[in-house]
Amino acid sequence: MSTTPAFERARSEGRAALIGYLPAGFPDVPGAVDALHVMVDAGCDVIEIGLPYSDPVMDGPTIQAAAQQALDAGCRTTDVLRTVEAVAATGTPTLVMTYWNPVERYGVERFAADLASAGGAGLITPDITPDAGDAWIAAADAHDLDKVFLVAPSSTDERVAMTTAASRGFVYATAVMGVTGARTTTSDLAGPLVTRARALQPKDAHLPVGVGLGVSNGDQAAVVAAYADGVIVGSAFVRTLLDAGTDRAAGLAALRTLTEDLAAGVRRGDAGGA
Amino acid sequence: MTSTSRYDADDRGYFGEGGQWGGRFMPEALLAALDELTAAWTEAMADPSFIGEFEAILRDYANVPSALYEATRLSEQVGCRVLLKREDLNHTGAHKIRNVLGQALLTKRMGKKRVIAETGAGQHGVASATAAAYLGLDCTVYMGAVDTRRQALNVARMQLLGAEVIAVDTGSGTLKDAINEAFRDWVSSVDHTAYLFGTAAGPHPFPTMVREFCRGIGDEARAQVLERYGRLPDAIAACVGGGSNAIGLFAGFLDDEEVAIWGFEPGGDGVETGRHAATITAGGSGVLHGARTYLLQDEDGQTVESHSISAGLDYPGVGPQHSHLAHIGRARYAPVTDAAAMEAMALLARTEGIICAIESAHAVSGALDVARELAATKGPEAIVLINLSGRGDKDMGTAIEWFGLGDAQKDVEA
Repeated sequence: MSTTPAFERARSEGRAALIGYLPAGFPDVPGAVDALHVMVDAGCDVIEIGLPYSDPVMDGPTIQAAAQQALDAGCRTTDVLRTVEAVAATGTPTLVMTYWNPVERYGVERFAADLASAGGAGLITPDITPDAGDAWIAAADAHDLDKVFLVAPSSTDERVAMTTAASRGFVYATAVMGVTGARTTTSDLAGPLVTRARALQPKDAHLPVGVGLGVSNGDQAAVVAAYADGVIVGSAFVRTLLDAGTDRAAGLAALRTLTEDLAAGVRRGDAGGA
Repeated sequence: MTSTSRYDADDRGYFGEGGQWGGRFMPEALLAALDELTAAWTEAMADPSFIGEFEAILRDYANVPSALYEATRLSEQVGCRVLLKREDLNHTGAHKIRNVLGQALLTKRMGKKRVIAETGAGQHGVASATAAAYLGLDCTVYMGAVDTRRQALNVARMQLLGAEVIAVDTGSGTLKDAINEAFRDWVSSVDHTAYLFGTAAGPHPFPTMVREFCRGIGDEARAQVLERYGRLPDAIAACVGGGSNAIGLFAGFLDDEEVAIWGFEPGGDGVETGRHAATITAGGSGVLHGARTYLLQDEDGQTVESHSISAGLDYPGVGPQHSHLAHIGRARYAPVTDAAAMEAMALLARTEGIICAIESAHAVSGALDVARELAATKGPEAIVLINLSGRGDKDMGTAIEWFGLGDAQKDVEA
């Protein structure tokens, strides 16, 4: 499976795709599966499942708290793969977002094989760039998996070209210089970065550009959808579940409401940027 | 000053054949900054005016070169010559001042006005705050919340020097979490901020850059021993947490194959107990803080919390060049327990009147065992050189608790 059909469908509908993130094992393994099913049902086109990690340097306090809760409850790499299987069974393209060491420890080839067997679409690698990712690129290609690398406002044109050439599925544009976390306003760095990521990718590649970091409501999603192919939301979803505490039903209801708001946002974006 | 050792990293920061250790496993957002830093550092190290300024500051401000001292009473205990490289006599009391003055000078050259740093025991934080004050830079230091409590004196020193100290209570609340938080700050502030990395770990170019700023330890010691004794030492020793003082010493001797190189790791309660920070002895290959190196991790690749009585050694990773040297056998690494280190701390105090940092006490303890073996095989003229990387003022709270000091009726078992 790849994320490509989801982006093509969104493009055919004249809109951006909504990409939703939640860590596996949060609030617990079955609870995460329930939450991710709600996100699929309420309008996410692509799902990112975070692999909880002890040292998430790119994540802010919200996602780190959720990941730590998952680790404290005993979430293992195999639980992440089981979560992928449960979500991918819905037919929605499902990626794993992970720091590198858990993959290396699991075994790069074995991870790629098991991710593909679980129906996963590919991997987002926040601390692996293409020039440090030979092992992953080889394994992903062997198992027909998406390779989603990141570009940042600080990336040189040369690096944007190199990164987009190595990516498959989409390229992840980090909209701000900073860690994950909901923000009250979106970044003015995102638009120019998307433009560069489109202009500098290989000719005729048509690689979609997803924008992440900071979107927390439908209005912000609409703004980003006006120029990006995908709107990536993470911390805001995590926050709804953290705020609900032990009241699982309330958490899932809030998650549904937020997802619907965001899904409406990407649909009223200025004809989607696609 | 520039090293040409065959033990060096390649241009991409990988040590060893096939790029086994080191590298740059970092978020894309920081790669431009790392490239900028690499270029600026490479250019600076080729500029005689930068080297001259660095050496002048070390000499006039930091009291470097540090003394080489023959510890005669300690030598009597083991049967051969024991030499101490007195980095504890440097300004701010540790080898750390060499590294931060180099990095801070580079920061000014790059036109940046703010520095951030992480610290475990506080020595790197104090050195960073000192260098920032000396060069007129703003300074923020991240420190694990656990460490701020056990090293309160150094927190106060940093604050007096004008630095902002931020306690980090995520994760284990120790050095690794302070590093995570410093990276988070850096990714948000990289346009005007330099990260003064505290040890020879992290992504390229930090392991090599920190080593080069610290290599004066080894170069000076080598020249001092040759001048005084007419030959090289039989063995050299240093403590290894992240490993900056050790790699600084080792750098001067790597190509002297006849010199045995020893790194002593924090063995905590004993490696067999699982409560330790003996990364090379008991860890495995993995990626942490931007480099592939030995680290303490579980079977899922999650970092395992380390333990050491010394906050400065309490780190689950190690500099990647140490991993390389261990892997190829050029240096040997062994654990020293908390108890053995504290025993060595007291022994050094009683025999030489030197109260060393608990970090350095690990090196003393392990090196004395090496010295006894050398004395048995080579006799009293054998030479063991120990890097005394820091002084023990900051550790007096731990010593008071460990030995039950402060009561005039009690005595310390040395």
